[in-house]
Amino acid sequence: MSIIVNHVDHIYNPGTVFEKKALNDVTFSVENGEYIGLVGRTGSGKSTLVTHLNGLMKPTGGGIYYDGVDISSDGYDIKALRGKVGLVFQYPEHQLFEEDVFADVCFGPKNLGLKETEIELRAYEALKAVGIKDEQFYVSPFDLSGGEKRRVAIAGVLAMKPEVLVLDEPCAGLDPAGREEILALADHLHSSLNITVIIVSHSMDDLAEHVERILVMNDGMLVMDAPTRVVFGHRAELEAMGLAVPEVTAILSDLKKAGLPVRDDLITIEEARSEILRVFGK
Amino acid sequence: MNFLEAKKVIFEYVRRGKDGEVDGFKRAIDEVDLDISQGDFIAILGPNGSGKSTLAKHFNSLLHPTEGTIYVDGCDTTDADKIWDIRKSVGMVFQNPENQMIGTIVEEDVAFAPENIGIDPEEIKQRVRESLVMVEMQDHRKSSPSKLSGGQKQRVAIAGVLAMHPKCIVLDEPTAMLDPEGRREVIRAVRALNDVENITIILITHNMEEAVYADRIYVMKDGRIAMSGTPREIFSRVEELEECRLTVPQVTKLAYELRKGGLDIPSGILTREELCRAICR
Ligand SMILES: Nc1ncnc2c1ncn2[C@@H]1O[C@H](COP(=O)(O)OP(=O)(O)OP(=O)(O)O)[C@@H](O)[C@H]1O
Ligand SMILES: Nc1ncnc2c1ncn2[C@@H]1O[C@H](COP(=O)(O)OP(=O)(O)OP(=O)(O)O)[C@@H](O)[C@H]1O
Ligand SMILES: [Mg+2]
Ligand SMILES: [Mg+2]
Repeated sequence: MSIIVNHVDHIYNPGTVFEKKALNDVTFSVENGEYIGLVGRTGSGKSTLVTHLNGLMKPTGGGIYYDGVDISSDGYDIKALRGKVGLVFQYPEHQLFEEDVFADVCFGPKNLGLKETEIELRAYEALKAVGIKDEQFYVSPFDLSGGEKRRVAIAGVLAMKPEVLVLDEPCAGLDPAGREEILALADHLHSSLNITVIIVSHSMDDLAEHVERILVMNDGMLVMDAPTRVVFGHRAELEAMGLAVPEVTAILSDLKKAGLPVRDDLITIEEARSEILRVFGK
Repeated sequence: MNFLEAKKVIFEYVRRGKDGEVDGFKRAIDEVDLDISQGDFIAILGPNGSGKSTLAKHFNSLLHPTEGTIYVDGCDTTDADKIWDIRKSVGMVFQNPENQMIGTIVEEDVAFAPENIGIDPEEIKQRVRESLVMVEMQDHRKSSPSKLSGGQKQRVAIAGVLAMHPKCIVLDEPTAMLDPEGRREVIRAVRALNDVENITIILITHNMEEAVYADRIYVMKDGRIAMSGTPREIFSRVEELEECRLTVPQVTKLAYELRKGGLDIPSGILTREELCRAICR
């Protein structure tokens, strides 16, 4: 599915003292199968934006189009859209509510009206994919550790087999191996199944290694939209917005300042490694 | 006696079925021994579900050991007469800043806990002022918490704990939801409290970079302490770390790759400055 976000505004509590313009004229489009990172300092509007993408929130101005159709138009089947656009919330507690973990993951596919056996198969596969152990299938999701809750929340959305997967801070609270597993899973969904994946993250290192394009939000506005490498070429602007370049990019630029003739527009460990070794003729 | 001592601590959660009947037990802490001195900066790392948060809740008597004993500042945490002393001396800060804000302005928020234990209003004012200065939030004392960035909110939460004059602050993934600048601000504030005020810091994190500043790291796995040592020691034991689903900081990874590629770089590099010095020397 292609997505167009067209001049979208979102104002919380309009007309009250708590009025807040969280999205300000945001415009971009996403082709089917893209792999995108969404960054911005806390409170810049990222979660507000992604909750618009599956129709959970309605723009107060502008529109969202899937395959050319405005999802706010009369008669648009929002329920069907939610089956196709899976959103994993930033706070897993907002997503978990069933009596046990397995039932929680079954909830989404059940809503799609699938057969019982299919529902259970999907739930099982999804829980395995995020690394939840069998012994935890029938415990209450509220009795899980922080990282375990997040895995279950991700599984619940994976089990819907969405065409567009939107992950709001999927790695927050995950152990390093877990981060890698979830990102590898996102890579796989993107490259093998051609699913559109959008990841909100505060980790520039993770995004540098994975996504192809980055959107940068600042104070409700979309201020950059470019291939990952291009965005990380704007160190000063990013830092002025409370963001950063990947750690290895910062290292290269320190080395350059110290007089070593290295490029400082590289963003992954592998790139930095070969560049430094090249300079030393290794 | 050290500030915080755990002796063979075991903790089991009771799992209950639909009707509240006991369904089973989950051993979350398994014979943990700890010895933490006043003024130490400790980082606790470990995979999801390894017992870090459960252990942290023992430090201020929110949970009590199923077996074994924990002493905080000389008091057994199960001693009912000491529970308020313990909660005053060990403050907790959690992951989500939103859930920790209570007041409508920053000052009120910071005053909340000391007000609750009936401290004299003049004294509270003084403490609120000092606490906000310590986390560099004095200029925002009249702001509404909702107007603050994530890093600022977390620093206000830390100020709220400071207003109780704690000897120790336990932070459970305080930066997980923060942007890069917010992370830096919070870690800088925490390090300053440790350096300048000699407050004991226990930092639980999944961010390896943040653990570099600790005096000592404990790695938990399956409810046990699997590794302990200085950051330099711990981050040179890469294979063991990987078994614990952990990794090393990005610079350490790059330094390791460069060494493998034939550059003469010492092991145990933990910061950008160290790596640059090693490469450019
Ligand atoms: N329900 C709400 N009512 C009023 N204001 C809100 C509401 N939800 C969010 N806001 C405000 O809208 C702005 C954008 O919030 P949003 O949660 O979208 O930011 P974010 O980029 O996701 O931040 P973070 O990185 O902290 O998750 C913030 O100023 C926030 O305080
Ligand atoms: N209230 C509870 N009832 C039963 N079991 C629980 C409860 N809370 C946690 N557990 C279990 O105890 C174990 C330890 O959980 P804990 O929250 O201490 O882990 P953690 O190391 O903090 O993990 P994370 O990195 O994911 O936050 C986990 O297996 C978890 O599922
Ligand atoms: Mg958000
Ligand atoms: Mg935890």
